Amino acid sequence: MSAAHPLVRCPQAAADLLLRDVRVLDPRARIDGRHDVRVRGGVIAELGTPEGLEPLEAEEIVEGQGRLRLLPAFFDPHVHLRTPGQEHKEDLETGTRAAAAGGYGGVIAMPNTDPVLDSAPLLRSVRDAAAREARVAVGFLPAITRGLAGEQLTEMAELMEAGALGFTDDGQPVQSAGMLRKALQYQRLCGGVIALHEEDRTLSRGGSMHEGALSAALGIRGIPTIAESTMVARDAEVAGYEGARVHFQHLSCRASAETVAAAKQRGWMVSAEVTPHHLLLTEEDVRQLDTRMKMHPPLAGEDDRQALVEALRSGTIDCVATDHAPHARDEKEVPFEQAPMGTTGLETAFAALHTGLVLTGTLDLGLLVERMTAGAGLFGLPLPLIERGEPANLTLVDLDAEWVAGEHGWESRSENCCFAGRPMRGRVLLTLAAGSIVYRERAFSVVAA
Amino acid sequence: MNHLLSIGDLDRAGIERIITQAARFAEVSDREIKKVPALRGRMVLNLFYEASTRTRSSFELAAKRLSADVVNFAASGSSVEKGESLKDTVLTLSAHKPDAIVLRTPWAGAAELVSRWCSAAIVNAGDGQHEHPTQALLDVYTLQQRLGGLDGASIWIVGDVTHSRVARSNIIAFQEMGAKVTVAGPPTLIPRRIEELGCEVRFTLDELDGADVVYALRMQRERMTETWVPSLREYASWYQINGRRLGPRQVLMHPGPVNRGVELSGDVVDSPQAVITAQVEAGVVVRMAVLYELLAGAKEPDPVARRQTAPQPA
Repeated sequence: MSAAHPLVRCPQAAADLLLRDVRVLDPRARIDGRHDVRVRGGVIAELGTPEGLEPLEAEEIVEGQGRLRLLPAFFDPHVHLRTPGQEHKEDLETGTRAAAAGGYGGVIAMPNTDPVLDSAPLLRSVRDAAAREARVAVGFLPAITRGLAGEQLTEMAELMEAGALGFTDDGQPVQSAGMLRKALQYQRLCGGVIALHEEDRTLSRGGSMHEGALSAALGIRGIPTIAESTMVARDAEVAGYEGARVHFQHLSCRASAETVAAAKQRGWMVSAEVTPHHLLLTEEDVRQLDTRMKMHPPLAGEDDRQALVEALRSGTIDCVATDHAPHARDEKEVPFEQAPMGTTGLETAFAALHTGLVLTGTLDLGLLVERMTAGAGLFGLPLPLIERGEPANLTLVDLDAEWVAGEHGWESRSENCCFAGRPMRGRVLLTLAAGSIVYRERAFSVVAA
Repeated sequence: MNHLLSIGDLDRAGIERIITQAARFAEVSDREIKKVPALRGRMVLNLFYEASTRTRSSFELAAKRLSADVVNFAASGSSVEKGESLKDTVLTLSAHKPDAIVLRTPWAGAAELVSRWCSAAIVNAGDGQHEHPTQALLDVYTLQQRLGGLDGASIWIVGDVTHSRVARSNIIAFQEMGAKVTVAGPPTLIPRRIEELGCEVRFTLDELDGADVVYALRMQRERMTETWVPSLREYASWYQINGRRLGPRQVLMHPGPVNRGVELSGDVVDSPQAVITAQVEAGVVVRMAVLYELLAGAKEPDPVARRQTAPQPA
């Protein structure tokens, strides 16, 4: 039996499009300059000199005016689409619409749904739903352990045949090293990346925010950074010992980044992701007890934030992941300690990072694009490339556009975005995923030929 | 002042204004008819999500002495147990148009949150382990009465600081009034970086004799379940305020209820140094002053002056 293709989305018309005089930037394809780009039948058909390509019949024309940027579509290896069971927060349609609006061409969904995505029949049914509803390509990471309970492995081999990309208990740590070791041993049979939410619950239990001066002043139980970093260290060693492939999710502190750097130095097969909020916000942003600032892991100190930015720049952290975690308004409109963990992030990731890291001179735009697409490669998927003959996975952005996050509402069903109300610079105008136009900014008109 | 959410809402002048007003109300408590008509026709809602005897009854008494109408709403046995959210409860009760809501919840920041949802003046009567500003005011009042002032006084707060909203509000209030604050307790119950609030930290009581005021915190028995300390016996041997540790010129305070034999020995509770019952008395007059400041403010005539012409309300 051959395994099913791990990415699914609903069938959409292949685009025929001429992007005229756009500034193409794709570090992997070594392109950085003004070009005409023709998409024909959903494939990048031609890359020409600016104003050099003649419009064809029945072709939409987008005027880049030598100003708009064409980037490879982003890829997010960590989102919560809440299907099945929590569709009041998000579903496959709204979640992937949010992804498209953020310039994403593909996402990987987490299994902490209701019921937990931990069996092949369930995976097949969710993939069927995605094949009807998902606007961009969706891959799935089913659970490592049944019911995320940490006690018994899921049927990993069958899940891989049914189209799993790998496994995670995200939302829960694999608390037992012995259980994790068995999953890593079994990986030799079935393959698939094991993605890890690192948290020692004996250290984090009851905590709602980062342990620091602010938690002491507010009387809110803190989560120390060692709750994450000691587990990263433990699991890097276990993975190194077994020669297994693990991916560390949403790193939040300096100590974890240093451990990952050391593990890579030793040649262990580890990779790591970081969220836009951990790159841009700190515990100081929690002071007002806005529940949109409550997430796991919690926003840490400024020193941790700087270490994460540096780790992303150096490549110790391989990619950006949003950990898009939608919650309904009434679930978040409660006292801070009662609120569920999580912030949405798909619609603001690029603009927030462009504003906060690129425009401040901290990170090069090309490097940001590389880190926002690298997640696909980490899970064995082809990287989006702006090259002739490649499927059109493209994002057109206006780097000068100024807007306020949330001012036009959200494509997501939920609005619990930690960046809401913040001024942004840089806006996604158009997204193509797997050859189809999946998003157009409302005010952005495409001129017909 | 529209609300009292945090003791940080008040500067030294604000604290002194309330203390002064409280002292004037103290005179009312000694009258045969312990009531003034200052808040006649106003409604005070006590909304309590946690068990509380003294704080709730103290607020109730304070409101009644000001002739306000009082409604008590306890979360147990109410719609809250049927799953109603804090917001829905507040919106529902707001339909009765309370002028003030006195709120006690187990969640930090809840009072601030509620102040955004309704137009009533909110008094934070304890939000989780965050703050308890009227406790701080009544403690300042009590010390003011006893010592004449807090400037330069050395105050030791002893015990479970981590889980104490009283400690957090008092560290801020005592320092605002010019005192020097030291917190002391087992390292497991002193939060990391609490010294950034300006206080000093000690893990033993070796230097306790330098204190003018010893403020013991309640050691809650439920803390044993997570082994914050190895045993109450060991806690008592290291941190109990007893006749051996308490000097004759030191003032002893406690927010109540006291665990005799744990944080305080029985003899010090009954000693002349203890001002614990004075704190309870102060609770009523200070809360009268807070409600008066929030609901009447400066625009009302002197509430304490006896009205010779108008009859006192029954």
